[in-house]
Amino acid sequence: MDFNLTEDQLAYQEVARSFAQKELAAHASGWDTKKTFPKEAIRKAAESGFCGVYVKEDVGGLGLTRLDAAIIFEELAAGCPSTAAYITIHNMVTWMIDEFGTPEARAKFCPELASGESFGSYCLTEPGSGSDAASLKTTAVKQGEYYLINGTKAFVSGAGESDVLVVMVKTGEKEISTFIIPTTLEGISFGENEKKLGWNTQPTKAIYFDNVKVPQEYLLGKLGEGFKIALKGLDGGRINVGTCSVGAAQAALTHAQRYMQEREQFGKKLAQFQALQFMIADMATEVIASRQMVRLAASKLDGKDAQATTYCAMAKRLATDLAFNVCNQAVQIFGGYGCTQEYPVERLMRDARMHQVVEGTNEIMRVIISKKMLEEGATLQIR
Amino acid sequence: MPFEEVRPLKIAVCVKAVPDTESKIVVAADKSNIDFTGLRFITSPYDEFAIEEALRIKEKLGGETVVLSVGGAETTDVLRDSLARGIDSAVHLQDPAFTNLDSLSIAKVLAAAIKDGGYDMVFLGQQGVGGDNSQVPGMLAELLDLPQCTMTVKLEVEGTNFKAEREIEGAHELVEGTLPAVFSAQKGLNEPRYPSIKGVMAARRKEITVKNAEALGLAGKVGNGVAPLKLAEMAAPPDRPQGRLIEGDPDSQVKTLVNLLKTEAQVI
Repeated sequence: MDFNLTEDQLAYQEVARSFAQKELAAHASGWDTKKTFPKEAIRKAAESGFCGVYVKEDVGGLGLTRLDAAIIFEELAAGCPSTAAYITIHNMVTWMIDEFGTPEARAKFCPELASGESFGSYCLTEPGSGSDAASLKTTAVKQGEYYLINGTKAFVSGAGESDVLVVMVKTGEKEISTFIIPTTLEGISFGENEKKLGWNTQPTKAIYFDNVKVPQEYLLGKLGEGFKIALKGLDGGRINVGTCSVGAAQAALTHAQRYMQEREQFGKKLAQFQALQFMIADMATEVIASRQMVRLAASKLDGKDAQATTYCAMAKRLATDLAFNVCNQAVQIFGGYGCTQEYPVERLMRDARMHQVVEGTNEIMRVIISKKMLEEGATLQIR
Repeated sequence: MPFEEVRPLKIAVCVKAVPDTESKIVVAADKSNIDFTGLRFITSPYDEFAIEEALRIKEKLGGETVVLSVGGAETTDVLRDSLARGIDSAVHLQDPAFTNLDSLSIAKVLAAAIKDGGYDMVFLGQQGVGGDNSQVPGMLAELLDLPQCTMTVKLEVEGTNFKAEREIEGAHELVEGTLPAVFSAQKGLNEPRYPSIKGVMAARRKEITVKNAEALGLAGKVGNGVAPLKLAEMAAPPDRPQGRLIEGDPDSQVKTLVNLLKTEAQVI
C-alpha cells in the first residue's frame, strides 16, 4: 500500500496544473462575472487530453483510470471550479457513450467529444423530477427504426452550447432507457439561461423535445437499462464533483495562506492571530481528508469494487461539505475583501456551494449510504 | 520535378532550464551562482517559441526534431517537457566541466553537438530568462559558420529558402536567406502549445541521450580555467532607496519637485 502518487500521476498533475493556472485561473473571474462559457479554453483542454480522460484510446480518449482523472480534474478545478466541473460532465457523457453505445455510436460521437470538437450534456433532471429521478416524464415511443422523444429536461449543464445529449426517458410504464440525442435534430429548443448562485461559466437551461426523431442505434445499452446506466454515470460523476470541490478548497486554502502572510492588522500579520491559525489548521486538515476520501472512492470504482457506489456517495458528501466549509472560512479570513470579486475566494465559495446540491444532493448521498449501512454485515464490508 | 532531392528537414532546438519565473532568487553563500535549493526549473519561456516553431515546421513540411540542452540534473525534466510537446528526441549535454558556463562556452558545447548532425535549422529562444544575455544564438551561428536570424517574429520556409521578419527597434526587418541557418525566437513568433497527457506518456518512454565533454571532443576545452570570461562574484541588486513624499499645497509641491529635479536628481 502506497499513498504516494506514481511518477506518471505526478507528471499528469503537473501538466494539468500548469494548464489550469495559465488558461483557467487567469480568466475565471471574468468568465464568472460575464457568464462566459469558455469554449476556446475547453477546446485547448481537449488538446491536452482532458476531454476524454477515462475514455478508451481507440475512440480518442486517454484510457486512464478514475484515480488519474481525479488527480487531473482537481488541478483544473483549482483554476476554475465551474469550468472544470463542466469538463467533468463532458467526460462523463463521453464515457457513457464509450461504455454503453453501439459500435456505430461510439465511432461517431466519442472521437468528436474527446477532441473537443463537440460538447456533451447529461439530461436526467426534469421540472418535476429531481432527487426522485425515477419519476421522470419524458417519453420515447418506437416508430419504425426511430424513437419519437417528447418532454422537458431541466437544469441541463451546457445546454444551448452542447452538441451531444445523453438523455434518460421512459420507454414504458416503469421502464427507463437512455438515448444519445444530437442537438442538430429537429424539434429541440432551449429555455432561458438560469440565473445561478455559482457555476456561472457554464450555461444551465431547460431543453424541450417536441417529436424529436432519434435513430434506434442511438440507444445506450438495452431498453429498460436506462436508470442503471444513469446511475453508473453518476458514480463517476460523484467522484468528479468531489474532486472539483477538493480543487476549489485547495485554491481557497492557498489564497488564504498567502493573504495571512501579507495582511496586517493591529500591527501584526494575520498569520500571528491564533484564531486564524486554528482556522488554517482545520482548513488544511479538511482539504487533505477530502482528497484522500475522493481518491479512495476513485480507486474502488477502478477496481470495480461491489461497494463502489457507497464509497462514491461518501466521497461526494464529505468532499463537497468540507470543501464548502474551507472556502467559506477563506472568505472569513479575507474579511471585507473576501466578500468582493477583487479576490477569488467568494467565487470559489459560490462554486463549491453548488457541489452540495448537484449530482445528487448530499441528503440523497446519505440515503444511499444509510441504506447500505443498515444491511446485515455492512459494517464489515464498508471500511 | 525538381532535380534536387527533397529530403525531410532536420531541426535542432536548443533549450535552457531556468528557475520558475515566479521563484524567489537568492544568491548562493559562496557567491558563485544563485542558490539552487528548492528551486523549480522550467523551460525558459522564449525557448517555448523555439520549440513551437520547430514543431509547426515539422508538421507542415515533415522532418525530424531534436532538442538539446547544456545543464545539470535540473535539465532532464525540461528535456522531457520538450518531448511531451512533441519533439522527437532529446540530447542532454552534461559534464561537471559544463557547470556555470559563460555564453561563449555554452555556444561551443552546442556547436560541438550540432555541427556534424546534418541539421537544416537550429532554433533557440532569443534569450535565456534569468541570465538574459541574448548571446548564445549569435555565437552559435558564428561557430557553425551559418547565417543567423535573431529576434524572429515570423518565419516561412520554402524548399531551402526562408523568409523571416525580425524585431528591431521600432520596426520589423524582412530578411531572406538559405538553409541551413540559425534562428532565435522572439515573443510573437507563435503561441506555444501545452504538453498533452498523451505527449507526457510518450515522453516518459523515450530515452534521453547524454553526451559529456569527451564525447563532444571538448575535454579540457571548456569550463573552469579555460573560459575567456570568469564570473568574479554574483550579488543581489541593492535595495531601492525609499521614495520621498513631498508635502504641502500643490503650488509648493511643484516648486519643491522642480527644485529637487534640478539640484538633487540633476535630470533637468
